[in-house]
Amino acid sequence: MSVFRRIAAVAVVPVLMIMLAACGGGSGESAAPGPTGSADASGGTLTVYSGRNENLIAPLIDRLKAATGLDVQVRYGDSAELAAQILEEGDNTRADLFFSQDAGALGALTKAGMLAALPQPILDKVPAAYRAADGTWVGVSGRSRVIVYDPREVENPPRSVFELTDAKYRGQVGWAPTNASFQSFVTALRVLSGEDRARKWLEDMKANDTKTFPNNNAILDAVDNGEIRLGLINHYYWYEKVAEKGESAVPSKLAFLPGGDPGALVNVAGVGVLKNSANAAAAQRAVEFLLGAEAQKYFADETKEYPLVAGVATAPGLPPLDSLNAPDLDLSRLESLEQTLTLLQDVGLV
Amino acid sequence: MIATRSQGRPARGTAPGTLRRVPPALLVPAAVAALLALAPIGYLVVRAGEGGLETVLRVLSRPRTLELTVRSLGLAAVVTALCTVVGVSLAWLVVRTDLPGRRLFGVLAALPLAVPSYVAAYTWVAALPRVAGFGGAVLVLTLCCYPYVYLPVAAALGRMDPAMEEVALSLGRSRFSVVWRRLRPAAAAGGLLVALYVLGEFGAVSIMRFDVFTTQIYTSYRASFDRTPAAVLGLLLVLITLVIVAAEARTRGRAAYAFRGAVARRPAVVRLRLKPLALAWAGGIAALAVGFPLVSIGYWLVAGASAARLRPGELGEAVAATLAVSAAGAVLTTALAVPVGIIAARYRGRTATVLEQSAYAGHALPGIVVALSLVFLAVRYAAPLYQEAPLVVIAYAVLFLPAAVGAVRAAVLQSPPVLEEVARSLGRTPLGAVREVTLPLAFPGVLAGAALVFLTAMKELPATLLLRPTGMETLATRLWTETGSASYAAAAPYAALLMLLAAIPGFLLGHRPATRDEA
Repeated sequence: MSVFRRIAAVAVVPVLMIMLAACGGGSGESAAPGPTGSADASGGTLTVYSGRNENLIAPLIDRLKAATGLDVQVRYGDSAELAAQILEEGDNTRADLFFSQDAGALGALTKAGMLAALPQPILDKVPAAYRAADGTWVGVSGRSRVIVYDPREVENPPRSVFELTDAKYRGQVGWAPTNASFQSFVTALRVLSGEDRARKWLEDMKANDTKTFPNNNAILDAVDNGEIRLGLINHYYWYEKVAEKGESAVPSKLAFLPGGDPGALVNVAGVGVLKNSANAAAAQRAVEFLLGAEAQKYFADETKEYPLVAGVATAPGLPPLDSLNAPDLDLSRLESLEQTLTLLQDVGLV
Repeated sequence: MIATRSQGRPARGTAPGTLRRVPPALLVPAAVAALLALAPIGYLVVRAGEGGLETVLRVLSRPRTLELTVRSLGLAAVVTALCTVVGVSLAWLVVRTDLPGRRLFGVLAALPLAVPSYVAAYTWVAALPRVAGFGGAVLVLTLCCYPYVYLPVAAALGRMDPAMEEVALSLGRSRFSVVWRRLRPAAAAGGLLVALYVLGEFGAVSIMRFDVFTTQIYTSYRASFDRTPAAVLGLLLVLITLVIVAAEARTRGRAAYAFRGAVARRPAVVRLRLKPLALAWAGGIAALAVGFPLVSIGYWLVAGASAARLRPGELGEAVAATLAVSAAGAVLTTALAVPVGIIAARYRGRTATVLEQSAYAGHALPGIVVALSLVFLAVRYAAPLYQEAPLVVIAYAVLFLPAAVGAVRAAVLQSPPVLEEVARSLGRTPLGAVREVTLPLAFPGVLAGAALVFLTAMKELPATLLLRPTGMETLATRLWTETGSASYAAAAPYAALLMLLAAIPGFLLGHRPATRDEA
């Protein structure tokens, strides 16, 4: 019957594919790398795994191409998932440069020994708090933790995260416990205020019926549509939303916390060069570009983040980085992220 | 297309042939399919093993693990029950009754499959913040998943022998009891897919702020970058899946479902007595599952500033890439599913059970787990394929094999073994009988399975993101990029196009049974 013959003909395809796959495996190292393979070092190619959104970063990548003449290939994804992908790829990774949304994903690669140390002159462009202690990654832009609030409901926004456990905010605060930036904040809380106080704060917040959201955007939306009154987010999400919807559609406001409060922590997005990269020199040139004046200004103006290199101005309307009273915390103390996670698990938040 | 239509023979009520040894011509391709489906589980065993027994026990003994398992199972049970009610009732109304506008409803019924559930969840939460929670998760997942039941049941209904119903009615049984009995394999196959989909779902439930089992798996990747707990939890999910698959096989039982091979007559059109009520039901479902997302998408377009960034060329490229990989995925998956489905329907014994359960075992695993397993395997054993389009197609086969297997099995079960016996008495080999008699009869069901895979593959995100060739964009990856930067206006056309493309298989499938009634 013709139907079966058609299906049988189609069935040949998977068999061929699997055979092809098997051949590839059999020939192992000798197999020719695909067009995306990083093995062909034929001058000036660079594969970037970017955990940062294409809409935010693609224009900057274009400038990188123009400035360096490199053929830059970018694979976009979620920072944590790309880190997991690089870990699975292991020594055969196709990535030359990893551009991460947060320090945690970079730290995971450092811990697995997959990142190469960057030259000291590059590292020195950025304050020590915003790079790895062993020099395997460097922050390229900063984002401040803030409290977003609804000025229609909250006249005087809290000046510390510790005020959020007050009964008057019961059921009115939103947070995203699975979010990497939130977890860095909890790490700051633990380091600055001690384990016991951090645990008590988390428990009190939970007891105060704090609402759990999947991410910063969802918290911001919930404050804007009146579902909750306050939320713990990163500052630039607010600016992103204003750019999309217009200021009139975003009734919420941001409160930058004073006095070195853990809730004013500054996180970074950063980059690391893969140890097994065949294009390490090109990758380093890309890092230099990202820390150069042009790219730093791009972060300030386009993504409303904080430039980390001295001499580049923050976007108008943003309090300057050195006025932020960010808590004094070394972001490279990543080993304690695991204790943060254990704490969050104990409290039953993740 | 179905050449045997005119040569009907009444079916005996025989149990589906408890056939003997599986012929190698079926066994070998089925084994290849099963091995492919089991690949992610092999990877999980490797990763879980790295942590040692201590880690495994620690992860499994967390109180939160039990709590979230119970929540996930509860959600899966409620959503599956609701999807069965919605899917079966819509299929009945569209295929067998004189419901006004049933062709349109038939087309609309399949569309929700193309809406990524995280998009659906987002639109609901944005419009009705208070819907978040268990109720919201049930609502969104039911509206997104009922086509898994609708499609196979509609395919089965269109080919049901009206004589059975007439006999039942003449004997004083209700029409419902006999129809339901004969629809059970199709409905159960669909229900199983719904249950496994819900178990593996993460995006929609997290937006609905309802923590489930997969939350822990994602937290393990996203927060601690530790793949061992994720692997242990993944294996637990596989175990739960196997229990559910076995339970479904048990309810399916060994009853005879075969209808008379050739539908000599079209089933009579049932005149609805409560037509307004039926219309309200079908219309209400369509409004919630299709109308609401479309209106939301339209609102994104007018309310956002990012629309200015739209480039038609990118849109066209994304459509072409989506169609190409999804269609290839549907073809490959169906081809792999045919031998497994035939064996599952026609053979009994350990080999048949193992093959079928292998296809399902990994189906509840979240996409990211399957994607990482394919990264792991491809980098090591298929380097030339890594980050090339064929690997994306293979990933779809691994992810969606059960959808096609269920459809093939249900379709083959519906065609009477007695016809194969006749063919064999006329000198055909067992395989020849399957090829010349059963498969042509089962073809509509097989096609429904392929459509199901096609629709599901179009919106697939985690595996596509990790495995696609650098620079290749599908509608789903573009949608993810735009929503990820809160550019909802720029995201709108991609979401709308996904639904539009889904209308094509939906149209073909929904159209066919309805027109037959009127011929």
